Amino acid sequence: MDTKIRKRKKASVNINDCVACGCCVKVCPRNAIKIWKGIMAKVDSELCVGCGKCAKECPASVIEMKEVIL
Amino acid sequence: MKKQWYDYLWILSLTYLILGFFNILFAWLGLLCFFIPLLISIVKGTKGYCNRYCGRGQLFGLLGGRFGISRNKDIPRWMKSKWFRYGFLIFFFIMFFQMLGNTYMVFAGTKDLKQVVTLLWTFKLPWQWAYHGTLFHPGVAQFAFGFYSVMLTSTVLGFVTMILFKPRSWCVYCPMGTMTQLICKVRNK
Repeated sequence: MDTKIRKRKKASVNINDCVACGCCVKVCPRNAIKIWKGIMAKVDSELCVGCGKCAKECPASVIEMKEVIL
Repeated sequence: MKKQWYDYLWILSLTYLILGFFNILFAWLGLLCFFIPLLISIVKGTKGYCNRYCGRGQLFGLLGGRFGISRNKDIPRWMKSKWFRYGFLIFFFIMFFQMLGNTYMVFAGTKDLKQVVTLLWTFKLPWQWAYHGTLFHPGVAQFAFGFYSVMLTSTVLGFVTMILFKPRSWCVYCPMGTMTQLICKVRNK
C-alpha cells in the first residue's frame, strides 16, 4: 500500500489584492490562469504545474506558490 | 505563445508620446485610452483592455522585462491597498476635472491659452514648439496640452515604479484599471 503523501506546488491568488491586470495570463505556459469577469485571476489547479512564472510576473505580487496535498 | 496583432500596441503608445513633442493636437488621440477600456468594461464586463490591448502596459513590460530596466522587487503593501488605489483614482479625477475647467475657461475667453505641459501636477514645462496655431479654437489646444500633461505624468510615474518595483507596477494603481475593475465588480454583482 502506498502511504506516501504526494505534495505539489500550485499557484494561489490573493483575490482581495488582485487588480485583474492579466499579466499572469500572458506568461502561463499552460493557459491555466484566467481573469474572471474583470475582477480577479483564477487558477485552474488541474492545469497548473506550479512553475511559478505567474507569481514572478504579478506586479502586485498577489500570487503565491502553495503546497497542496494531492 | 504565438504573438497576436495586439501584442504590438506598445508601438502606438510610444508613437503617441513622441507625437506630442511635435504637435500637441495629437494628444486628443489619447482619449482612446480612456474610452476603449470603459466601453469594454461597460459592454462586455471584462478588463479586456488591460488584459490584452493596453499598449502602455506592454511598453513597461518590454522595458522592464526584456530590457531589464527594473529591480523586480515587490511593490510596497500600501501601494496595492484599496485606500491608495481608490484614493489615487479620486485624485486623478479631481485633477482631470480641473484640467477640463481650464479648457472651459479658454473656450469661454476668460483665460488665455497656456502652452505648457504640467508634469506631476506641479512642474510647468514650456512646450510652445509643439503648437503651430490651429484652425480650431485655442480651447482645443488647451485641452490637448492638459491631456498630454495627464498622459506624460502617468507615464513618468509608471516608469519610476517600473524601475523601483516590477515592470508593470503601474497596472496596480492605474486609475483606468481601478475604474474598469470597479465597473466589472458592480456589473457582475
